[in-house]
Amino acid sequence: MRVNQADSPASRDSDDAGVYRMSGSLTITRAASTERELDAAPDPLKIDLSAVKKMDTVGAWLIHRAMRDRQAKVVGASPDIEKLLEQVADADHPGRVRPEQRSAPMQALDELGEWTSEAGRTLVGLLGFLGAVLIGFAAIARHPKRFRLNAVVQRFDLVGVRALGIIGLMTFLIGVVIGQQGAVQLAAFGAEVYTINLIGRLSIRELATLMTAIMVAGRSGSAFAAQLGTMKITEEIDAMRTIGVSPVEALVIPRLLAAVIMMPLLAFFAMMMSLLGGGVYVWVDLGIPPATFIQRIQEVVPLTDLYVGLIKAPVFGFIIALSGCFQGMQVEGNSEQVGMRTTAAVVQSIFLVIVLDAVFAVFFSQIGWL
Amino acid sequence: MTAKSIISIRGLSNSFGDDRIHQGLELEVRRGEILGVVGGSGTGKSVLMRSIIGLQTPDEGEIDVLGENMIGRDDLEAKNIRRRWGILFQNGALFSTLTVAENVQVPIREYFPFIKPPLLDEIAGYKIAMSGLPADAGPKYPSELSGGMRKRAGLARALALDPELLFLDEPTAGLDPIGAAAFDELILNLKERLELTVFLITHDLDTLHAICDRVAVISDQKVVAVGTIDELLALDHPWIQEYFNGPRGRAASAGLNKGHGEA
Repeated sequence: MRVNQADSPASRDSDDAGVYRMSGSLTITRAASTERELDAAPDPLKIDLSAVKKMDTVGAWLIHRAMRDRQAKVVGASPDIEKLLEQVADADHPGRVRPEQRSAPMQALDELGEWTSEAGRTLVGLLGFLGAVLIGFAAIARHPKRFRLNAVVQRFDLVGVRALGIIGLMTFLIGVVIGQQGAVQLAAFGAEVYTINLIGRLSIRELATLMTAIMVAGRSGSAFAAQLGTMKITEEIDAMRTIGVSPVEALVIPRLLAAVIMMPLLAFFAMMMSLLGGGVYVWVDLGIPPATFIQRIQEVVPLTDLYVGLIKAPVFGFIIALSGCFQGMQVEGNSEQVGMRTTAAVVQSIFLVIVLDAVFAVFFSQIGWL
Repeated sequence: MTAKSIISIRGLSNSFGDDRIHQGLELEVRRGEILGVVGGSGTGKSVLMRSIIGLQTPDEGEIDVLGENMIGRDDLEAKNIRRRWGILFQNGALFSTLTVAENVQVPIREYFPFIKPPLLDEIAGYKIAMSGLPADAGPKYPSELSGGMRKRAGLARALALDPELLFLDEPTAGLDPIGAAAFDELILNLKERLELTVFLITHDLDTLHAICDRVAVISDQKVVAVGTIDELLALDHPWIQEYFNGPRGRAASAGLNKGHGEA
């Protein structure tokens, strides 16, 4: 608070003896300008409050601060103002207001460390969560009565049936795009007829399942994380535990099962819609009639492609539901966490799905399912 | 409306669908008093408060706060009046992503953006201290505080702009008796020192006895009586008699008398 004593020629209503007169209402409305004026007033400071009509705690604080830091003398304070000054003096406990800030390089190092340990914790946590889920499955296998059929069927509806529209539309368009792009490129070689190979194999082997997984991650994985996260904040999950209901059995397993069972069905539906899109495109643009299209698909797409697509689907579903539920259960504290964890669930599950897809691609090629 | 009344409500009616909450409710709050509002659960105490502070638009009626009509005001006009009151919600309603100090600074920043950060921090600091929070509470997040501390932090935010009028929605609910008594004392203290008018919704009989100047009783969709507890006791209203003369009511009143005797 030591301020420039010599600068700024006295242009305010302070007289030569350094008496600084304040008048009118000294409240928060004038806090910024009062602070400036007080800072500019030269030491030793004497403040005359006799003309102050109204004062609030912010005004009182500014005066108190001048008294504390600059040994300012206050004259002419009315009893009310005296009282107010006493009060802010009472409340003047040196306390921290901001969390401690560290220097930039230290903070960067800090964040790197935090990030690394967080990544490690997530990995270990996910593994632990997987274990808890497997134990939950084992418990249900031993006591089949504890299986919550209703919850599972309800999830079927939310994860599967309600996703049909958007997934169907999306993959139909993907079929059209593959057909259109393929036809343009293959036309250069006069091999437009191979567009059908492209549509059939790409759709069934790769894209239908992958796109479905991404859509389910965005629709359902995020919903799982947000639902469980909110339940965590409102202590519903704690309440469940104390009643003796295992949250893993009641919440996680129905969601996992729904995703695992619905994913292959959705993926198959997506394959068909993609073929439909491609079929419509080649019919309209290349003039290949549907009967020929279907016959060609039968000839060029090996059954193993369908197996590849359908085997991947439940695994992706499992990963999506696992990371959605895991992130939801990690929520602690405040509402911002729900958003963060939901984002993390979607990012994590899509990332894992794509990594696994690459692993599957290599694996199936190696075992000869080309 | 007399010069002394700070809130004046005439003919207030509120309903949710077919549920009528208030009908023809009248209430005056005088400047400088602590008015306790009591009533059974579901009688619309919180709805009354929400109507006054403009979170709920009543079906009909007039509400004047600080001499200004509050109904049908646009946000900009209402802002000038909002600046002059502070509200402590039942669960604190602290912004969970901000620290306690930042919570206190929110209203100040909103209305006075030119105040410099160091002064803002100091203001937050003394408001926090005035609310009876320990010095290290400032940088903490609401989720790190206990229920009682959260209420005090909410109070610090309510006091941020030096309001003339303070609304408290069940401030002592969920506090232990010692914490509740301390909170009562804090409110009484602040009221006297900062010349506040307090509109206090409570179920806490001890609070009513300890700090309220007058008590308004809501029942049958309106304010059936307003007065000191002694005045209310003289009335022959079944709910009031049950409320103040039930086992808990008697215990609270006995506790207060005993306290007076010792003092």
